[in-house]
Amino acid sequence: MCIDCGCAAPDHHHEETPRKTVRIEEDILAKNNRLAAGNRALFARQGIFSLNLVSSPGSGKTSLLEKTLADLKNEINFAVLEGDQQTANDAERIATTGVPVHQINTGAGCHLDAHMVGHGLEHFDLDSLQILMIENVGNLVCPASFDLGEDFKVSLLSVTEGEDKPLKYPQMFRASEIMLINKVDLLPYVQFDLAKCREYAERVHPGIKIFEISCYRGEGLDAWYSWLKEQAERKACRNKE
Amino acid sequence: MHELGITQSIVEIALRTAEGQQAKKIHSVTLEVGSLAGVVAEALQFCYEACSKESLLEGSRLIIEEVQAQARCRDCAVEYPLTDMLDCCPACGSASGDLFCGEELRIKEMEID
Repeated sequence: MCIDCGCAAPDHHHEETPRKTVRIEEDILAKNNRLAAGNRALFARQGIFSLNLVSSPGSGKTSLLEKTLADLKNEINFAVLEGDQQTANDAERIATTGVPVHQINTGAGCHLDAHMVGHGLEHFDLDSLQILMIENVGNLVCPASFDLGEDFKVSLLSVTEGEDKPLKYPQMFRASEIMLINKVDLLPYVQFDLAKCREYAERVHPGIKIFEISCYRGEGLDAWYSWLKEQAERKACRNKE
Repeated sequence: MHELGITQSIVEIALRTAEGQQAKKIHSVTLEVGSLAGVVAEALQFCYEACSKESLLEGSRLIIEEVQAQARCRDCAVEYPLTDMLDCCPACGSASGDLFCGEELRIKEMEID
């Protein structure tokens, strides 16, 4: 049987199709990575320290921002990019602190990308900006693959979620330099093994920096604030050198 | 479903390449996807069909070649395949391996007329 057309005639020829193979060898995320590098270079030039906050929906990203901004806005100039599929609800919450905020609605998208962040920056006065907080879409899977140009990804995990999140979503915790364990004021009421959680995170990402905090009661926030201030100063200094 | 965004990038790169090559037809696009790249092959196929509609890519095959993840043990330097990120070194049991492949997300080649 002819292998080209499947007909029974054993002895016939087909026109040689000029099919050719083109090597591409291009990273599929190259465009995002290029734009992220552009954002990163801009942050470096301006001495802006930037964080990409990631978590499941409801872990307390917006609450963390509200509390942090309220407590530090007189010392540090912040701006916030808010990512959600729909609504400007989070941006409105942040706006009440008086800190400049811009809402990005991703529509069907499950993550922010470097292009959206690049345009989001057009809404801020970058000359006076010291810390940019990017609140990603609540999702522990997709944002792990998309570099935005940030200094660090910060994973937020709350004690109502289960201590094995780092094992269930290793890609995200591997990509994050920092992990915040939020809502520790609820520890007496929930079955959450803090030591195990730390151990799991360390297994997925040796050396990950962990803060235990409660945005509601304020536990642990001083250490988080000191770290933030130190990082922002370091970034600003590097810019002056 | 970040596979949708990833597929849009694939389509963009493939169509750009096809245009540069003055292709009349695209038969297939081949990807190299690491086993720990965090994308689901079935979802890519699904999105590819949707994203290639009414373009030169319509009807072409998306071929996905999986790249097996491998790590090198920090303690004994043995290289071993990983099925998930938490696999320990089979030689010494150490949990500190450095992944050196398996997170690829690359368009390798395409077949055109």
